[in-house]
Amino acid sequence: MSDVQILQSVARLVPEGARVLDLGCGDGELLALLQRERGCSGYGIEIDDTNVGACVRRGVNVIQLNLDEGLSMFGDQSFDVVLQIDTLQHLRNAETMLRETARVGRIGIVAFPNFAHWPNRLSILRGRMPVTRRLPYEWYDTPNIRVGTYADFAVLARKTGLRVLDAYGLQDGAEVRFMPNARAGTAVFKLQRGG
Amino acid sequence: MTLIATAQSMTFDAPLVLQSGASVRGYSLAYETYGTLNADRSNAVLICHALNASHHVAGVYEGQPKSEGWWDNMIGPGKPVDTDRFFVIGINNLGSCFGSTGPMHVSPDTGRVYGADFPVVTVEDWVNAQARLLDGLGIGQLAAVMGGSLGGMQALSWTLQHPDRVRHAVVVASAPNLTAENIAFNEVARRAIVTDPDFHGGHFYAHGVVPKRGLRIARMIGHITYLSDDVMNEKFGRQLREAVLDSDSGYRYSTQEVEFQIESYLRYQGDKFAEYFDANTYLLITRALDYFDPARAHGGDLTAALARAACKFLLVSFTTDWRFSPARSREIVKALVANRREVSYAEIDAPHGHDAFLLDDPRYLDAVRAYFANIPTGALA
Repeated sequence: MSDVQILQSVARLVPEGARVLDLGCGDGELLALLQRERGCSGYGIEIDDTNVGACVRRGVNVIQLNLDEGLSMFGDQSFDVVLQIDTLQHLRNAETMLRETARVGRIGIVAFPNFAHWPNRLSILRGRMPVTRRLPYEWYDTPNIRVGTYADFAVLARKTGLRVLDAYGLQDGAEVRFMPNARAGTAVFKLQRGG
Repeated sequence: MTLIATAQSMTFDAPLVLQSGASVRGYSLAYETYGTLNADRSNAVLICHALNASHHVAGVYEGQPKSEGWWDNMIGPGKPVDTDRFFVIGINNLGSCFGSTGPMHVSPDTGRVYGADFPVVTVEDWVNAQARLLDGLGIGQLAAVMGGSLGGMQALSWTLQHPDRVRHAVVVASAPNLTAENIAFNEVARRAIVTDPDFHGGHFYAHGVVPKRGLRIARMIGHITYLSDDVMNEKFGRQLREAVLDSDSGYRYSTQEVEFQIESYLRYQGDKFAEYFDANTYLLITRALDYFDPARAHGGDLTAALARAACKFLLVSFTTDWRFSPARSREIVKALVANRREVSYAEIDAPHGHDAFLLDDPRYLDAVRAYFANIPTGALA
């Protein structure tokens, strides 16, 4: 689950009144925040039954879909913003979904745990997979099917032909713009279709 | 506390012009209401029924404890559609056989029983008839319209025919139209009825007979499509009836005896149905299903068709429903999203096939409960 500081930081990137598609919206907390405080509208996409129920309870529009089946339900550039907040690490087709995010949204915002954050590196140096507040699972029970770093994602974005409008790290609620790959537990990218 | 239901009826003298150009006059609609209409008449919820159901949606009739309404698990005091907050209306559709005017009644135009001459009614016609009943009850706008299967089609049609009269639509296990396979199943059922020698071209009432053989087969076919392969295998598998098992091999080596449990079950369902359902009504209702296709007037463009809808939506489908599959509900969701309408969609991984919409899946009931909890209602009168 995304913590409050990540949600608030991401919310600041979303323009007032934007039409938003939140991929892997969880219990709808971010969408509810965006609706309440920034006058946004839109939908969350979620696969989990309990989360779908929680979204409906909050009055957030939610569409129950498996993201691994793609975003064919949504037209090109049909949303101002497409969010992937702590979703990337659960996706089998992360690269396809990144392209889809940029196809459907005028801008995409992606946030995920940065595996290159220094405590993780230390843990690996000690020969153990990291277990931290940001990555709280043991290697054998983690729901994260892929791990990547801030630097890795920048390479993928370039390969996918996406333009990075902004990128920074997030640590303890503060933006990290100096050496974010080592100094931040969370990577945040704001993207657009290239060309 | 047990909800006690009371069937009521409203009669309409003015002719209702139908989509076909025909009209019916001097007709009655059976209905029931539950809960209290609030002071500003803003808490009304209309429930639309599917093929084999009626205005008796919730509660039981006085002194008949086993007479629960067909959606009693969904609607009632403290239930997902809470009759302590909402004024819920169930209506039996025109042409049905549970109290509203139908083929078994006398036409005021001819003085004879309608029989096969009852005019073909469509989903749109039903919605218009329902709207007249709401006029009679003094209800301008519904807090919500809700239905499953064919009832979901009516709910969807409400949002297109009377967009200013609906604030929310709950469309469960439904579809924007029937597929060729759906129509094919309907046609087999209709042929079973029409070719029954007791059908007499639809005027069997005058002969004092009922085309029960046709109705039984129609119901058996329908029933197969309401269940999933999984649930049928789990419930019946290849089990044989106990009466058969006493033979050495287990089989009777007969072609006409009921040997498998599934055969026995389908025959039982068919027999039960043929006792109470009207053959002409079956033809009419399956035809209404076949014709429903709001996109047709827009060159097949569902997005263009749904542009008229103004209300908020909840759609629900069930993964093992192959009669009205989740893909069909997703078509509706997609068209609503393209029109920027407010919509939530739950796709429930339930094993029960199409029938799941009538069953107690907690994820399904919770989603409906949560949705209705967010529909504001004014103070009760």
